[in-house]
Amino acid sequence: MVEVHLWSGLRSLTGGQQVVEVEAKTTGDLLRELVRTHPQLEGPIEAGVSIAIDGRVIATGLTEPIPEGSEVYLMQRLRGG
Amino acid sequence: MALDDRKTDFTFVGTRPNRPDGLDKVTGRAKFGADMSAPGMLHGAILRSPHAHARIVKIDTSKAEALKDVKAVVTRADFADVPFKPGLAGEFWNVLENVMAGEKALYDGHAVAAVAATSALAARDALKLIEVEYEVLPHVTDVDKAMAPDAPVIREGAADYSVPEGMHPNVVRYHESGHGDVDAGFAEADLVLEDSFVTEATHQGYIEPHACLGLLGNDGKGELWCTTQGHWIAQKTCAALLGIETSQLRVTASEIGGGFGGKTTVFIEPVALALSRKANRPVKLVMTRSEVFRATGPTASASMDIKIGMKKDGTITAARGEFRLQGGAFPGAPGDMTAMCAFAAYNLTNVKQIGYDVMANRPKQAAYRAPGAPMGAFAVESVIDEMCNKLGLDPIEVRLKNAAHEGTKASYGPRYERIGLVETLEAAKAHPHYSAPLKPGQGRGVSCGFWFNHGGETSVTLALSEDGSAQLMVGTPDIGGSRASMALMAAEVLGIPYENIRVTVADTATLGYNDVSHGSRVTYASGLATIKAARHAVEKLCERAAAKWDIPVEAVKWENGCAVPSGPNAGDFDPMPLADITAKMGRTGGPISGHFEATPEGAGVSFGTHIVDAEVDPETGKTTITRYTVIQDAGKAIHPTYVEGQFQGGAAQGIGWALNEEYIYGEDGRLQNSIFLDYRIPVASDLPMIDTVIVEVPNPGHPFGVRGVGETGIVPPLAAIANAVSNAAGVRMKQLPMSPPRILAALKDNG
Amino acid sequence: MSKLHVTTTVNGDEVDFLCDPRETLLDCLRDKLNLTGAKEGCGTGDCGACSVTVDGRLVCSCLMLGAEAEGKTIETVEGIADGDVLHPLQQKFIEHAALQCGICTPGILVAAKSLLEKNPNPTEEETRYWLAGNLCRCTGYDKIIRAVMETAEELREAS
Repeated sequence: MVEVHLWSGLRSLTGGQQVVEVEAKTTGDLLRELVRTHPQLEGPIEAGVSIAIDGRVIATGLTEPIPEGSEVYLMQRLRGG
Repeated sequence: MALDDRKTDFTFVGTRPNRPDGLDKVTGRAKFGADMSAPGMLHGAILRSPHAHARIVKIDTSKAEALKDVKAVVTRADFADVPFKPGLAGEFWNVLENVMAGEKALYDGHAVAAVAATSALAARDALKLIEVEYEVLPHVTDVDKAMAPDAPVIREGAADYSVPEGMHPNVVRYHESGHGDVDAGFAEADLVLEDSFVTEATHQGYIEPHACLGLLGNDGKGELWCTTQGHWIAQKTCAALLGIETSQLRVTASEIGGGFGGKTTVFIEPVALALSRKANRPVKLVMTRSEVFRATGPTASASMDIKIGMKKDGTITAARGEFRLQGGAFPGAPGDMTAMCAFAAYNLTNVKQIGYDVMANRPKQAAYRAPGAPMGAFAVESVIDEMCNKLGLDPIEVRLKNAAHEGTKASYGPRYERIGLVETLEAAKAHPHYSAPLKPGQGRGVSCGFWFNHGGETSVTLALSEDGSAQLMVGTPDIGGSRASMALMAAEVLGIPYENIRVTVADTATLGYNDVSHGSRVTYASGLATIKAARHAVEKLCERAAAKWDIPVEAVKWENGCAVPSGPNAGDFDPMPLADITAKMGRTGGPISGHFEATPEGAGVSFGTHIVDAEVDPETGKTTITRYTVIQDAGKAIHPTYVEGQFQGGAAQGIGWALNEEYIYGEDGRLQNSIFLDYRIPVASDLPMIDTVIVEVPNPGHPFGVRGVGETGIVPPLAAIANAVSNAAGVRMKQLPMSPPRILAALKDNG
Repeated sequence: MSKLHVTTTVNGDEVDFLCDPRETLLDCLRDKLNLTGAKEGCGTGDCGACSVTVDGRLVCSCLMLGAEAEGKTIETVEGIADGDVLHPLQQKFIEHAALQCGICTPGILVAAKSLLEKNPNPTEEETRYWLAGNLCRCTGYDKIIRAVMETAEELREAS
């Protein structure tokens, strides 16, 4: 299981939870499982998110592996200039 | 074959050769957006709304169409029917609506119709014959007023999932993040300071206006030449807006005369193609400077509230920020980025940040160097500076005491990997600038700044020629010398001279997809792709040598541009230079090329610290920047001169934003200062030399340690200059720009 | 509207073109003579990207009509180099990375050459004020000023 830390603005969509657990080996798994277990997260995930794994920010990739025990944060999709 | 993934000692990287496109650019040969023409070419011109907000009742183009020089007129009806979706999910719709108004004109300068004629003068004359009937609507251009209950609604249904119930429909996105308990943190503080700050919208101010040349046939096949930071995004967007297949539109990026984020989207390109489709001839469209100011993307404007708690020793106990950003008549103002970056430099137990994306009757904001971050840093670092003054603490010591480092939980959530903030602060403290005496009337300011940086989709191909030279095809337009950096990285891997590598910015038909040159990603991502493509070619070179020597490929390594046996047991062969292998490549297995196609995901965040001295004239309110030092972590500087150039350019733009530049709207909602005379960017006599210190804390996500450097340099200046000016004037400046009238008013209010 | 026939000298070559009375010298250089080195950054004489010299005087070619070029001697960025030998300013700009995007470079080179012809030994302040009419958004001017000053020094030593 991966503990996923959400940004606090998402708590209203997860019944107040800021940390949710899902089964995932990759970033793609993680997003799919988040939507399956918390359908209300589909909006933000569709709008675009990035995922930080142990501090490394995965901007868009769905194939990045999530090692066992890593710290995972869901973030707003980063945009550059 | 042995290839170490990480490299720390370099032959070419870190040197400062002349850029490959230098000759073209000092002789006038380089072809920019407006420098292309085609046989039978028509000239386009765009009619723009004089109203900030108006319903378009009727457009009568018949008189313009009747002119013999006019070959096509287009309105919104000539574009594809792109479905509306809320928020940024509907970005294609947003771009279409911005490119050509639908039911309403949403800002002064919004395009409503366009003409193609046999000359530029004829096209402009024809615009005067187009009759548009408007029903003028109430407008709003200020962010706080746009959120007020009585504000005119710009578009119902534009808000996405994130906006809490009960907010005005002009609030279209909402972000909230942080950790800990800020109220408990404030209770622990010896000093709690709360203040509000305002910044006006500024423009990227690239000297080259948008320009393009489009050709689109009724067969759905087209060609587009344009000045852009990303020709694949131009291809994708134009195809969607015109209802054609993406691959049928070939887009070539011209040399680009500055972008800074403002050329990451399209404005006139789909219009030129729509005109061309109708006229069946190539159409050139070039914006005037006034059109650039009125109708391309400036930054968001911002209104911000900051509250910080600090102990007497300088430890920050809690921080809270609320950031309201106005981004024009469309979703996209980076309130979320402002919030996430605002406190990112600090190791905070209790932090909370809220960001709003608000619509108003202004042009659609576009990215500008670290979009969203400079405003937040201005507000936060101003409060920290004021607290240092109140507690009698050294501003660099306080920042060092609270600085984020490897393992710190960032204000936006995760823990940092290896970062270089502390190193920039230590370098600032040790720099002679920081201990130099100030003259009477001068003040000193410091500020830190943070930006995420970006990787993005990247394709690179490296092809070797028989004579041992190499051609490198990248897809990220060279906006500030990146061809040189790419050639240095390829030379490093191949072991052939820098001069033997020709770097080309390929068009969309000759290379796979590439994201735009943004997010400080070019040297990081195209650089990583170049290194990997070169290594891919080296693998093949080693295979050819192994076959020739009849030894396993594992027994061959690449050294100084030659295949060599990997050790004494591998065999006794003379080194085989690259050119010896390529000379016979056609007969030993065929052409040798290396490729990379992927999305690098290790951009590595970046920090900088700036020191500024400013002198304020109490008679006129004019500020002079007397000394400026930029210290920033580059990870690894591939071509240090161009890294310095990025630092200096970011600082200069920050000086303009802090002191002079602003969008000024009249009561009528029209932009009052749409030429360079009135929107004054820094000129040579405004600035001092800008000193630079390149800190190198390698990025673990790049084979040579590169971190992007393009954007972070504009994050600290607003605050650093505001701190210097406030310290010089003896009054806290809370609104940008700190133009002479504002400074005089502040001095007067202060008695 | 009938067009005007203009004969003028550009970079040493006698040329002629037909222009609308409303067209600027910049329009004529770029669109009639294919000399696209001079750029239009503003069209209002504020950015200097279109700088050329007319009878030795530095002007913004966007502020002058094409018709006014009749009988004049015009120098543009395309005429700065001596054949394949770059002018020392051009060489120094490359070496110092005094350009990033390069759009302002033609105008700045024309203006800087004009400065050094009038004042071979400018101070930093004089150089900054002379070039104050040439906007650069990329560099912060630091490397441009250094390149001009260093070129001036080398030209003085050589003469």
